[in-house]
Amino acid sequence: MSTDVKIPAALASECGGARHLTVDLDEHATLADLLDAVAAAHPRLGRRLRDESGRLRRFVNVYIGDEESRRLQGLDTPLDGREIQILPSIAGG
Amino acid sequence: MAYLVLIGTRKGLFTATSDDRVHWSVDGPAKLDQDGFTAVAEIYAAACDPATGRVLVGASTFFGPSIWRSDDAARTWDEPEHAPMAFPQDLPYRPLDFSETAGIDQPDSPETNTVKRVWQLAFGPGDRVWAGVEPTSLWTSDDAGRTFTFNQALWDHPQHTTWASGAGGPAVHTIVTHPGEPGKLTVAISSGGIYQTTDDGATWNGITKGITVDYGPDEAPESGQCIHKVTRDAAGTLFAQSHGPAYRADRPDGGWTNISATLPTNFGFAMVAHPTRPGTVLAWPVGEAMDRTPPNARIAAWRTTDNGENWTSWAHGLPDENYYGTVMRDGACTDGDPADPGWYFGTRCGDVWAAADDGHWHQVAAHLPDVLCVRAMVTA
Repeated sequence: MSTDVKIPAALASECGGARHLTVDLDEHATLADLLDAVAAAHPRLGRRLRDESGRLRRFVNVYIGDEESRRLQGLDTPLDGREIQILPSIAGG
Repeated sequence: MAYLVLIGTRKGLFTATSDDRVHWSVDGPAKLDQDGFTAVAEIYAAACDPATGRVLVGASTFFGPSIWRSDDAARTWDEPEHAPMAFPQDLPYRPLDFSETAGIDQPDSPETNTVKRVWQLAFGPGDRVWAGVEPTSLWTSDDAGRTFTFNQALWDHPQHTTWASGAGGPAVHTIVTHPGEPGKLTVAISSGGIYQTTDDGATWNGITKGITVDYGPDEAPESGQCIHKVTRDAAGTLFAQSHGPAYRADRPDGGWTNISATLPTNFGFAMVAHPTRPGTVLAWPVGEAMDRTPPNARIAAWRTTDNGENWTSWAHGLPDENYYGTVMRDGACTDGDPADPGWYFGTRCGDVWAAADDGHWHQVAAHLPDVLCVRAMVTA
């Protein structure tokens, strides 16, 4: 099953300038599975999104469909074919 | 001669170049990454190697910490594809905060240790680089800063149960190299103490005993002190600025001598030893009570030429009106020029000054974001 991932401009160069990635995953894949696949293909993009413990970084938000993953089951959220959008919070003054 | 100054700030890396250390050209904030998010990154650590022109920068970004490298004196930048350092995930979580369990491993915790910030980078011989990191840890690279190995022996030092956090975070923030003494290294921890190895990091000795505190029930503990900076002079003598007095240790295992008698305060952060004149050290004292600003609201370096017995203000060329920006622990350095060393410091007001020995301070940059670290080298 193909999953579409929207990449923010601030991270586009980490995947060759692409603003969209298409990732082939098992039909029961979770967000963690998707991020593992992204990190395998684009290691620097992978570590921009998660630390070495596997947790999402503080300012990285991942939307599954129209819900932010932390409001669902976090990294264990099944993707169910929904589009994924990565949106960083650019915080601070 | 040509000179390069690296200025790490709360929002990005700036560089300054000069042919005479009087007139400066400033550039930045540097885009270390292609997308430009490092232009607003916190730059706590920078290091330069005049032997190779190599520069390393530790940046804390919206997307986590990393290390960027330049092999052409900060003109172009490169970053490893894979994380240059990652905590072993099988270690128990160690809170290093202000809680009652600070410094005590928590094997039942679901939390794990992760790299939060690179506080210090230091070049060694060949391709050796050391990194001081938050949470409190030391890392070693033997490929010029591309990949780092976690130093388990320091992490496991029995005194870790006395380590906690300073106001800025728990870190190995100072790495002092000992040229000509292979295998020897000194590191400082806030809060935690000063540790020394003579076998390239295989074992560590705590050498903090004798540095007193006024913020705990034991005035002279073995460890746990909040150490702000350690520097080594050309004769090998260590000088320390603590969260309290300044100290000198001719033999660290023999204790420390309080050298604050003629400093204006018993508090400060930055301290830099002269690269060739033993006993000559610069310090930037800070108000020790609630007024954490320069003494009498005058920005000045304070200098000793007799191992800390006497200190005098060195302020020629600096503002003579009220000034409230302090110098952070890595906000000062020397360019190490053996013939004619230059001194540099930057403040939380975003001003940077430079001076040759005994000379006037000249403004390098003004109105930058608050300065976190300053490093300089001769480039030609």
